[in-house]
Order: sequence, then structure tokens, then C-alpha cells
Amino acid sequence: MERVVVSMQDPDQGVKMRSQRLLITVIPHAVAGRDVAEWLVRKFCVSEEGEGQRGVAGETPYFWTSTLWPAAELDYAIYLAKKNIQKQGALADYEKVQYDQLHKKLNHTWDLVLMQAREQLRAAKRRRKGDRLVIACQEQTYWLVNRPPPGARHVLEQGPERGARPASHLQTSSDFYKREIDYTRKALGRTRVKSSICLEAYLKFSSQRSSHDPIMAGCLPSNPWITDSVDYWTLNAPTVATPTKLRVERWGFSFWELLGDPVGRAHFMDFLQKEFSAENLSFWEACEELRFGGQAQVPGLVDSVYQQFLAPGAARWVNIDSRTMEQTLEGLSQPHRYVLDDAQLHIYMLMKKDSYPRFLKSDMYKSLLVDAVTPPETRRRVFPFMRKPRHSSPSPALLPGSGESAAASGGDEA
Amino acid sequence: MCDQTFLVNVFGSCDKCFKQRALRPVFKKSQQLNYCSTCAEIMATDGLHENETLASLKSEAESLKGKLEEERAKLHDVELHQVAERVEALGQFVMKTRRTLKGHGNKVLCMDWCKDKRRIVSSSQDGKVIVWDSFTTNKEHAVTMPCTWVMACAYAPSGCAIACGGLDNKCSVYPLTFDKNENMAAKKKSVAMHTNYLSACSFTNSDMQILTASGDGTCALWDVESGQLLQSFHGHAADVLCLDLAPSETGNTFVSGGCDKKAMVWDMRSGQCVQAFETHESDVNSVRYYPSGDAFASGSDDATCRLYDLRADREVAIYSKESIIFGASSVDFSLSGRLLFAGYNDYTINVWDVLKGSRVSILFGHENRVSTLRVSPDGTAFCSGSWDHTLRVWA
Repeated sequence: MERVVVSMQDPDQGVKMRSQRLLITVIPHAVAGRDVAEWLVRKFCVSEEGEGQRGVAGETPYFWTSTLWPAAELDYAIYLAKKNIQKQGALADYEKVQYDQLHKKLNHTWDLVLMQAREQLRAAKRRRKGDRLVIACQEQTYWLVNRPPPGARHVLEQGPERGARPASHLQTSSDFYKREIDYTRKALGRTRVKSSICLEAYLKFSSQRSSHDPIMAGCLPSNPWITDSVDYWTLNAPTVATPTKLRVERWGFSFWELLGDPVGRAHFMDFLQKEFSAENLSFWEACEELRFGGQAQVPGLVDSVYQQFLAPGAARWVNIDSRTMEQTLEGLSQPHRYVLDDAQLHIYMLMKKDSYPRFLKSDMYKSLLVDAVTPPETRRRVFPFMRKPRHSSPSPALLPGSGESAAASGGDEA
Repeated sequence: MCDQTFLVNVFGSCDKCFKQRALRPVFKKSQQLNYCSTCAEIMATDGLHENETLASLKSEAESLKGKLEEERAKLHDVELHQVAERVEALGQFVMKTRRTLKGHGNKVLCMDWCKDKRRIVSSSQDGKVIVWDSFTTNKEHAVTMPCTWVMACAYAPSGCAIACGGLDNKCSVYPLTFDKNENMAAKKKSVAMHTNYLSACSFTNSDMQILTASGDGTCALWDVESGQLLQSFHGHAADVLCLDLAPSETGNTFVSGGCDKKAMVWDMRSGQCVQAFETHESDVNSVRYYPSGDAFASGSDDATCRLYDLRADREVAIYSKESIIFGASSVDFSLSGRLLFAGYNDYTINVWDVLKGSRVSILFGHENRVSTLRVSPDGTAFCSGSWDHTLRVWA
């Protein structure tokens, strides 16, 4: 920071210095805050927001906000005492409060504080009026920044200004009200569900899931964060041969839960293959890829989906009702990422209402439940200083192909 | 000395009727036009008409809103805490800081978990974005952004990239690389462009789309590869501060909260606001969906957290206490949705029982305000970031 100030004073590259007239006395080398900010922007290509110190003062780096000189309590007490002595009752409310607090805190050295204050005032009287004014200004600004009045934005600390800035003119425009009216009319027409039904749903959801919530019910064998053992994560890895019992149970909670788990989805696919309806799930997966894929891939994906699943005589033709099929085929002439939404929803509902319940009742699912493991609990180590070493894991950012770099970046042990 | 302003008479063609007349400057929507005196008079009477319409529009909007509140109230037959009387009370909760991540040189503003349940990305005021393996507390990657106040960061679902942004008004995506010869900043992709600071960002179900919220009052959906704007969402009257994507099976909506005290639910496909809730008394700092996707919670500067149900279309619970006077900066649910963790500006984290509406526990540890809080993807822990330069993982 000091270097910045020195370079600002450079006569060629520094900020424009002017002599400012304050009533009769001339304050030399006054620098307008705006000039400082502009110069900083130019010099460092800094964006407009941020640490520009507002105010007139800033010439000699005596009171600069350097971290090398923290704003000590003693100094603040001396400053307030000076202010109090000079003009009785000139302290602002928040300053009075601070003054009282400091008095209580520094009661043992209060004599020192008052003596320092009086000495500083006496020394100041001996200076030239111009210098006195300058230093007084600096001091005031310094304390305004480091002990801001309540509610004032602490310039260096608060960050970007929030608020209804850009929108104040939005508020009163007719477009804004027209949109509000439109939205409210539509909202009036929507169907609502009784509160009692909605709230009951929370109870059911929470009670069903509470044993699956590690924070509420703990997890077996143990919570990795508490015992430093990664067994829980190993047993519940995304693709594991034998899923845990809790995990297999979760597949029964909802169709979405089953599809969200890679192991669950794989088993469901096996089941569908036995029922000769696996193309439904494949179609759904292809539609998901379209919806969340890159924009550039959209036309290609739409085409491949059409060829594989929707074209008459396609290899994996999906059974969609005729109306949806018509609408979809029409939409295909102008492919966009949501063009298959209706068809996808239809197939999703088909699986959810038909295949999924059969899956849950099937022998395959039942045997999965039986085979599922319930790991035994690992007790917390009694002697914490015999802590297990915390093993690092390969980062997902490493592609499966680059096996050699996985060894190199094994990571340190904590 | 007398101060005289002389009206300069300019002759030319009127901007409205194009006739050659003496022109007067006229201001329409902060743009200066030159009208002849006849057109200027017409405009004056038009303006009057416009003002009348504006007032009547406003009153129409107000009366419709009143009707909407009546409709919503009709179906509200029971309160949440009444229904929750049957539920067992929760026992004592002991949660401690299990990991402290030190390394940021300034306030931590935002964090996000990776799907592998142990890695996190965090961003801070000094422009640094760090990827940690929070289990071992090792730092794996670090990027220095060209701007300060990086208020938003997100981990890609594949774990191969991160996105971040802040005062630069942009959202940039950095692919994560372990190659020592490569500088991460070299492969940076600038995806989103806003006209004000970026307050929140999130990947959708894949690495290829990103949703952003900005201080310019809009949210936007972008294609990462090309940087193309796919959809924009206008409707907030002030800065948008937070957003969250719905976990539902139809997966097409998200909720955003802003400085206009509103929380709005949007349809990603059409860009329309589907539902809006305006019961908070101050800025909505954070929104998060309930795990079932049927509701969402919000934390606000008015020191309350509120639960809004989407099917009932109303606020159903308020989590507040007289002793809590500082704003809630971020909220998240536990996996079962029974607990709501909220980080506050008074340096604490309050744990609320979502169903009963009571506070279960209060967690101390941070030495400055808690700015961000997320539960891990498998629900084993949650991580909080604070202005005291550290992140803590609690379990």
C-alpha cells in the first residue's frame, strides 16, 4: 500500500495534485478522492468497485490504512479524548458510547490517555494552521474508516452494494405491472392442494427417510468424518457389486430414487430386458442426454433418437400413444432440446406405473434385498491419538485412462 | 449578476411529425428527442393518459394479489406444528467440527460439494478458488480469478470442472487438470455474461449447462461449450441472490431468491415464473429445495427462515426466535428433510426441526459471519464457510 502512495506522489505518473482552498487556508497537495480512484483504475486496470478511499486526506502516508499499523484501542481512546477536550459535547452518539466503553476498558491507563490527548493538542497548536488542518482531516478520515459509525458501510469490508438499484425505474413502468397482473391471473387459476395433505406428505417423507439420514440415525459401519474410516464410502460406491440393505430399500421408495442410483438402474435394465421392454429405459436415457447435453449436439442426437426409437420399423421402437407420436414427429422438423419432452414423459410414466411396481414385486428384487449387506458398526476409537491415517482418493477429474498419473498424484497423508 | 438562461431556438425536422418547425427538447424514457411545439403538447396530454393507466394498472395488480391471498388461505386448514404433534421430538444433537480447512487468505464466500462426497470447491474475497479433498484437508487445485469477491462457485456433476464468478460479471468454467505443465487458467472458458455481479451459479444435470443468477435482476441458462444463452428469466425487481434446482423427476424448475424479498419458481423451458412467494421482510439470501421437491426453504436478512410448499402454494412454516436478530445467510436440509441447517451473520449455525418448528441445536465455532452452508451429497456431514477465512466440516 505504501508503495502505491509513493508512486501516486510521483510528479509525472502520479495523481493530479492541486492546492485546494479551504476558506482561507490553502491545503497543499490535496487530492480528490475521485482522482485517486481514476488513477488506480488506469494504473492497475482495477474494476470500479472496491477499495477506493473516499475523502480529501491522503497525502502523507501517516494515517494510511496499512495493515502494518492496526487501529489500536489506545489510539482511538486518545483521539476521542482529544475531541472531547477540544469542544465539549462534540462527540456523536456512537462515539460517546465508544468513549464510555473504552473508559471502562482502559480505566487503569485513563490518566495516560488524557495526558497523551492534552500533549497532542498542545503539540498541534505549535504547528502551522495549514498542517494542523491537514492532519486533523487525515485523523478524522482514518477513524471514520476504521471505526465506522453504526450502519455506515465499512468501505473495505462490505463488498458489492446490493439493492433495488437497477430496478427502481422498473417498478413504476407499466410493463412491470402488466406482467404482475398476467402472472397473478394465471396463479389464481392454478389448482392448489389442501395444506393438511401437503403437510402429511412431509411427515411421511421424513419418517420414511430418517433411518437413511446419516446425521439423524448414524451410518454403518461408521461416519467417515467421525472415525476417519472410508469404509462407508467404499461400501456405498456408485458402482459396487453388493449394495447395502438400506440402499436397496431406497429403490422401493420411488421410481426416481431407483433411476438415480447407477446400480439400481442397471438392475432395473436387466429386469426390463427379461420383460422385453428395455428400449423404454434406453429411450428415456437418450432423451435425458438430449435435454442436458451441449447445444451443438442437439440436431445429431435428435436424429439418432428418431432413427433408433421412433422411426417406423426402427430397431428399438418405443410404444407411444398415437397423439404424442404425431406431435413429436411434427416437432422433429425443427429439432430443439425439448422436442422429445412429451414422448419422454409418456415413457417415464409408463415405466413408473407399470414396470416399476412389477420390479418391486419380482423375485429379482427380493433376492437383491436378501443378498444385500448390512455392515457391522465400527465403534469410535477410544484413544484418539492412535488416529487412523486418512487415505486420499483418486480425484474424479482423472480420466479412467490415465492410470499412471493417478499414482503420481496420490496425495499426502494428513 | 443575474443568471439568465436563454432558450436556444433550433430549427429542424420534428422527430415525430417530421415537419420543419422550431424544436424543443423533450425527454422520453431518459432519451432526448426534438419535438415541434404541437407534438410536444400532444405528448404532454399523452403522458397524462399514460400516468392514469399506470395508476389503474397498479391498483388492478394490488387487488388481484389480494384475491390470490384469499384463494391461498381458503385451503389452509391446518398448521405444520399441529400436524407435527404426533411426531417424536428429536433427542440431543451433538455435532462437532470434524475438519477445519485453512488456506484462504480472506473471507470465504461460497462453496460446493463434489458428487464424490469428499471434495469441495470454495471461493473467497481475494479472488482465490480452491478445490480441497476435505477428508484429508489437502488442497488439490487453486485458481486465482482476475476479480475479487468471487461470490459463486459450483462443482460440475462429473467432478471434472468447476465454475465460478463474482464481480467480473461473468461465470467462468475451469476444467480440472492434474498436469503440472498446464496452467488451469489457460483453459478457462467464459460462459455467462451479465451486466452486474454474479451471485450464484449451478450446473444442471450435466457438465454442459449452467444456470446463473446475477445482481442485474435476472437468471440465465447457458450452454457451456459455446457460451450461448439458452434461456433468460426476468421478473425479479432487484438483485437475485441465490438459486437452487429442483430435485423432482420432471426436473424442469428452479427457485431463486432476491433483494426484492421474493422467492420465485421458474420453468426452465419457457422462462416463465410459475410461482412467486413474497412473505419475507428483507432480502432472501438463500433458497434450498426440500429433498422431495415439493417445498423449499429460504433464509433471509429478516433473521427468519421460512418453508414454502409448492402444491399448497403458500408459506407453511417460519423458523425464528426473538433472540435471533441477525440475518440467515444460507440454508440446507439434511437428507431426510427433518433438519434444516442455517448459517447466520451472528457467527452461529442454528439447527431447526423442520416439522416442529423448534430449534434443535446451536453450533458455535466460526469467528465471523457464516456465509455459505451445504450438506454433503450423501448427507454424512455439512460444510460451512465463513468470513473468518476458514471452512468447517461438521458431523
